Amino acid sequence: MRKSVRLRDSDWSLLALSLVIAAIGITEIYSTTFHTVLAGQFHRQIYWVLLGTVLALVVSRLDYHFIVEQTPWLYGLCVLGLVALLVAGPSIAGARRWVPVGGLTFQVSELAKLVIILTVAAYFAERQVKFVTWKDFAKLGALVGLPAVLVALEPDLGTALTFFPIVAAGFFLAGVRARQVAALTLLGALMLPVGWHFLKPYQRERLISYVHPSQDTQGSSYQGNQSKIAIGSGGFWGKGVGNGTQSRLGFVPVSHADFIFAAFAEEQGFVGTLTALLLYLALLLRLLDGAQTAGDRTGAFLLVGFAAVLFFQIAVNIGMMIGFFPITGIPLPLMSQGGSSALFIFLGLGLAMSVNMRRFVN
Amino acid sequence: MQLRYSDDEHFPAWRIAFLQYAIAATFLVLLIGYWRLQIAHHRQYLDLAERNRIRNLPVIAPRGRILDREGRILTDNFPAFSVLLMRESAATLTPARVGGIARGLRLEPADLQRLVERTAKLPRFQPVVLKQSATMEDIAFVESHRVEYPDLDLLQVQQRAYPQQAIAAAVLGYVGEVPEEMIAKAGSPYRPGDVVGKSGIERSYNTLLSGRDGMRRVIVNSRGQEIGSMTTINALPGNDLRLTIDLNLQMTAEAALGDRSGAVVALDPRNGEVLAMVSHPSFDPNDFARRIDYDTWRQLSSDPQKPLMNKAIQAHLAPGSVFKIITGTAALETGTIKTDYTLNCAGLVNIYGHTYHDWVFNKGKGHGSVDFHRAIVHSCDVYFYTLGKLLGIEKLAFFAKRLGLGGRTGIDLPAEDPGLIPSPEWVRKTFHRQWWAGETISVAIGQGAVAATPLQLAYVMGGITSGGAFRRPHLAFHDQLLALGLEPDDDSSRQFPLNENTVEAVCRGMWGVVNEGGTGAGAYEPGLDIAGKTGTAQVVSAELQASARKHEFKNNAWFVGYSPSTKPEIVVSALVMQGDHSTVAVPIARDVIRAYLDKKAARKPPPGQLQMQVRVLSQVMRTETQTAQEAAR
Repeated sequence: MRKSVRLRDSDWSLLALSLVIAAIGITEIYSTTFHTVLAGQFHRQIYWVLLGTVLALVVSRLDYHFIVEQTPWLYGLCVLGLVALLVAGPSIAGARRWVPVGGLTFQVSELAKLVIILTVAAYFAERQVKFVTWKDFAKLGALVGLPAVLVALEPDLGTALTFFPIVAAGFFLAGVRARQVAALTLLGALMLPVGWHFLKPYQRERLISYVHPSQDTQGSSYQGNQSKIAIGSGGFWGKGVGNGTQSRLGFVPVSHADFIFAAFAEEQGFVGTLTALLLYLALLLRLLDGAQTAGDRTGAFLLVGFAAVLFFQIAVNIGMMIGFFPITGIPLPLMSQGGSSALFIFLGLGLAMSVNMRRFVN
Repeated sequence: MQLRYSDDEHFPAWRIAFLQYAIAATFLVLLIGYWRLQIAHHRQYLDLAERNRIRNLPVIAPRGRILDREGRILTDNFPAFSVLLMRESAATLTPARVGGIARGLRLEPADLQRLVERTAKLPRFQPVVLKQSATMEDIAFVESHRVEYPDLDLLQVQQRAYPQQAIAAAVLGYVGEVPEEMIAKAGSPYRPGDVVGKSGIERSYNTLLSGRDGMRRVIVNSRGQEIGSMTTINALPGNDLRLTIDLNLQMTAEAALGDRSGAVVALDPRNGEVLAMVSHPSFDPNDFARRIDYDTWRQLSSDPQKPLMNKAIQAHLAPGSVFKIITGTAALETGTIKTDYTLNCAGLVNIYGHTYHDWVFNKGKGHGSVDFHRAIVHSCDVYFYTLGKLLGIEKLAFFAKRLGLGGRTGIDLPAEDPGLIPSPEWVRKTFHRQWWAGETISVAIGQGAVAATPLQLAYVMGGITSGGAFRRPHLAFHDQLLALGLEPDDDSSRQFPLNENTVEAVCRGMWGVVNEGGTGAGAYEPGLDIAGKTGTAQVVSAELQASARKHEFKNNAWFVGYSPSTKPEIVVSALVMQGDHSTVAVPIARDVIRAYLDKKAARKPPPGQLQMQVRVLSQVMRTETQTAQEAAR
């Protein structure tokens, strides 16, 4: 009993909010790169956003049930792709994260996030219980854990970590007992030393400098300190587009990508920060509203999973700029320059719109 | 997989609402975090951002040039690069990063680590020189690692250049990095990596030669690339210093000594100006201007011929028969003998129950009947043994000291050796024993513990022949030092007036040494008025010398010549170590005197020297053109 939907049923607010944020991001990319060799980057980002918008509209036309039905082979393809990347992928800057596709490089792990969202939604659409059992933790944990480990091996710990909120939100929504949370927290705490053992030296350094930011102002926490200086020096009104000395002079690393929010906060000040945070908050709350009114469990789990990963990335990225979290390579959704990330977000938005359009249950 | 719409098991609505509140709460915390940075601590971060953009770079003041008396360049500068460590943003350099920099610049990681630790207490705006005279590879390393090591930078400096290479190296000295103890001194103006004079003129006139560094405030990006300039405090270049050295005479003396180990000093006894000073074997001070590599340093410092030593002022050697002019002067001045005092030299003499041989004894003969004049001309040992006995050590030592031995001449070079005049008091203090009467006999002919430097012998000779007016030898012009605001040491003469007759008798004797077929006959040249005294000094006692392998204990050859033979204008002291016999030293002094006289007469170098001097002059002119071009720029 699939419904036929019309275009006017689309949820335009999600797309409108996203495009406003993306426009801010493109302005900032222009501002931090127009004087450098990356001067053309903002053009590319515009194309990615346009392509993403088209893809989102296309996906929103599809019934999300149809998409979720594709999960098993999408999952298999994703794991195969990650394994192939590890085995045969080109090493770029010491990591095997990217696949070159016709002059562009593509980050497989970004699309893996989408597959994880589908996997979690598909799992809980089937598992209709009041509370999840330990078996559920084991099963879904293994399903998500495999690609997560593969991504972490690239190494891209940041992206691997983004799988976690999807699963966590899924379990929370499906229903967990307090003792389960307590037991898992304890287990996680016990695993910490083991995890430390597997970290690369630079990752350990970042963690140490997170705990003791003043110890090494040139190494790992250099980035953190410089982005703090950028943000703090922005003040209330900011220094204006193109006037952010910290980011323009290159003190803030990759100010057009992972550290774009520092550059933005420097140039637009607290006013800009507040505006951007409100826009993100509106987007996230709107997504969760959609989950509340979704037509079924599948739709709700899709929206919650997507909102969870967006929230995680936004909070960690914006938080690490001011030292709330250690520095990880997590891009800021919609603002950071990057095609793979933009594609993931717009595909997710398409999925969300598909759910919202089909929310009326007869 | 079958999915349905309506008959799902529904989760409670509060779960999603909870998520929404959690998100809103997190955003509030983030906002507070940004508020603290952007509003509460805005000023503090604005300051940090400002400082981030500004870098203070020293502008290195070029050291003054060193010129010869006619303004020809002996020491110059040329532009080079130093690798700097900017320390404004670097609190600590991790060992890994220090290792990376050390590898890139091919420095010893331990040395670099020490330097970093040592400079940790300096003000942060002061950069530290990691490496001087960076090679092309070093420059490429810094430029290509701006991202990894943004705190490295290049600084253009003026590096010392010695266009004459090893010529006059001992006089000029060399420069090097300022030693730690100099930095540690209270009120020290030096920073690690600063260049200071380490020896020679470079050291004794370091404050004059070194200028005052300036400072440039520049705007840089985080890669250390300069993108603008703010204020500039210009560097104050060091003062040029003109020396009394005459490059023509210096070249002549260098060539005359050749590759033999020894020294030559040419002095104007009328004013104490040093016209030439040579010490061989020499070294190339250019090696030190670049940070000298360990192998070269070890080779130079462990060479038994001591190339780093300025033998003209540091060789501590028995003067041999040159000392006889002191013994002779003392004997005449004290009235111990008159010039007609005559004795018969049989080639050996017995004094105090000990047989003393004359140097001609080996040839199986004596000097026969000798008076004062003949004794000097033929350097009769027996005659001066006898004078020594008649004088006694106290009078001999008194005169030796008054005539310029046993103490520093006070030349404006560091580490001058005072030489040694033994006395009963000295052996008591040093060896805790009584003076042996026989020692006086050795001292009388400049052997035993008597020791002097080539400079001292030139000084002695100039003083005696000038009637007892001793001028402090010096390399810098008194007037120039006064004009530069320095208070130079007193240059007025030290008087020890000698009887005219004494001076005349001694001078006549020394004229005979050269012109009457004496021991210095090799210096005779028609038309040149040269006089002097030879010396063949035993390095060890005669018995030991006979038993030892001959080569190692060859005698040192001395000749101290001067011209004209009365009221001299130039005194040349020549030493050839292990030269075997004084005759090898004689032509050296003769060549220098001839060059002096020729130049004075014709104001042009003699034909034999022309080729060499053309080469020198061409180098000098090249550097002069360069300087002129720089000035024009």
